[in-house]
Amino acid sequence: MVRISSVALFASLFAITAMAGEEPIQLKQVTGLDKVETNCGGCHSLDYVIMNSPFPTGGIWEAEVNKMIKAFGAPIAEPDAKVILDYLKENYGR
Amino acid sequence: MSGPPVSSMDIRTFRLDQEVADSGRVVSRRRFIAVAGAVVITASTSPRVTLAEALGSKLPGALPEGTRTEALLDALPGKKPLIKLSYRPPNYETPIEYFRTSITPNDAFFVRYHLSDIPEVDAAAWTVAVGGEGATGQIELTLDDLQKMPSVEVVAVNQCSGNRRGLFQPHVPGVEWGYGAMGCARWKGVRLKDVLDKIGLKKEAIEIVFNGADGPVLPQTPDFIKSIPVWKALEDSTLIAYEMNGQALPHFNGFPARIVVPGWTGTYWVKHVTSIKAVTKPETGFWMNPAYRIPVGKFPLVTRSFTSQETTANVPITEMVVNSLITSHVEGASVKAGAAVNIGGIAWDAGYGVSTVDLSTDRGRTWQRAKLGEDLGRFAFRPFSYSFTPRKKGGQIVMARAANKIGQTQTTELILNPAGYHHNVIQSLALNVT
Repeated sequence: MVRISSVALFASLFAITAMAGEEPIQLKQVTGLDKVETNCGGCHSLDYVIMNSPFPTGGIWEAEVNKMIKAFGAPIAEPDAKVILDYLKENYGR
Repeated sequence: MSGPPVSSMDIRTFRLDQEVADSGRVVSRRRFIAVAGAVVITASTSPRVTLAEALGSKLPGALPEGTRTEALLDALPGKKPLIKLSYRPPNYETPIEYFRTSITPNDAFFVRYHLSDIPEVDAAAWTVAVGGEGATGQIELTLDDLQKMPSVEVVAVNQCSGNRRGLFQPHVPGVEWGYGAMGCARWKGVRLKDVLDKIGLKKEAIEIVFNGADGPVLPQTPDFIKSIPVWKALEDSTLIAYEMNGQALPHFNGFPARIVVPGWTGTYWVKHVTSIKAVTKPETGFWMNPAYRIPVGKFPLVTRSFTSQETTANVPITEMVVNSLITSHVEGASVKAGAAVNIGGIAWDAGYGVSTVDLSTDRGRTWQRAKLGEDLGRFAFRPFSYSFTPRKKGGQIVMARAANKIGQTQTTELILNPAGYHHNVIQSLALNVT
């Protein structure tokens, strides 16, 4: 099953699902980027982050990360979620 | 914007094809998976041209700064270069120049997906299963079956609920659309009513639920499933469409067949439709609630029309609000003092019909009636035109305000709502008189 194996990839590898023609999105290369790429980039391209910036307050970014985990079922471990949130707030929020 | 070069590239691309047998249908699921090891993905060797660079002031200044730096012109397979907001899932809006005609070309029609697993559907193998616990029977139809049924055509606007979300102040998270998450096409297909007649609806049936072949990457992510009330499903204009402007639907617009719900926002127009179910209880999936909701009482002019989904706090977004767009000129365009300027654009609503479009060249103090163009039907873009002669050099604001046949007009102030829907504030376009 492809769906199962993609979940396994999430858990164990740096996995990115990409569409043909998709160009890599370079987010700010500071602490936490690896967690963003690993956890977020599997389901959506990272241009979502830049597109939704720099206006979100910390509360908005927190709501977005929670939505990905709770509503969309992103398998993000709690320590990673905190790193991701800090990264987004620090680099793409206000 | 050419991003800083990063470390060496080590991307191996795998294409995974999966034959999914699901309730008798076979759909080829194609997934492109690039797995990078412990390395960082490099930027492309060809520098990307951002929209801000390519078009300068054409991108609305009100968009979030990040959107303005990241949006770029990019062509999906089978499409002209459109304004790329996100690659995956693909969200691409139509540049304003394509709205100078009432019909939006297929290859310039906007693309909107919520989820990233988008199969290329094999038309010969495709079927749509029609049934559900609210139906007395069930049936499975091939594309050939649909094409043998009596066909109808309707010219209708398909507009994303969140069109113009990027113009909200304060900004609202989501896909930061400018003006182009919409299009108008001549849709051909069969009446949904005629298909539902084949299965028979129980009197308890309250909603018709649609699912398409596209889906989430992760199995636990809610699939994009939408419902409409039975009364709307039975309207003559509600279709299962297999043609768009005389051609097969483009892949990215729902090939081989999609639901067409004229008057209602694009969220209900399920693409690549594979399942149609009549139900006796409201559909409860994420995409019906909490998604696509507007607060109760915020938009008093919009008919309350989807009672089975209403709560005391919010209601599903349904009908489009009356709206217009000046398309003859882009923001900041230069015109000559003392020479006639022909302002043109389009207006639309939920199907009550556009009655008037008024323009103002004195910041809304006085309004003059524009001439309406060809009427392609009550659900279509209605062109308008108005000529005036600017006298003074410098900035010149042109405003357009549409009204419809039930007395709705565009608003002067943005009606704030959590998801950034229904932006129909009267446009103020700045021209540069030289």
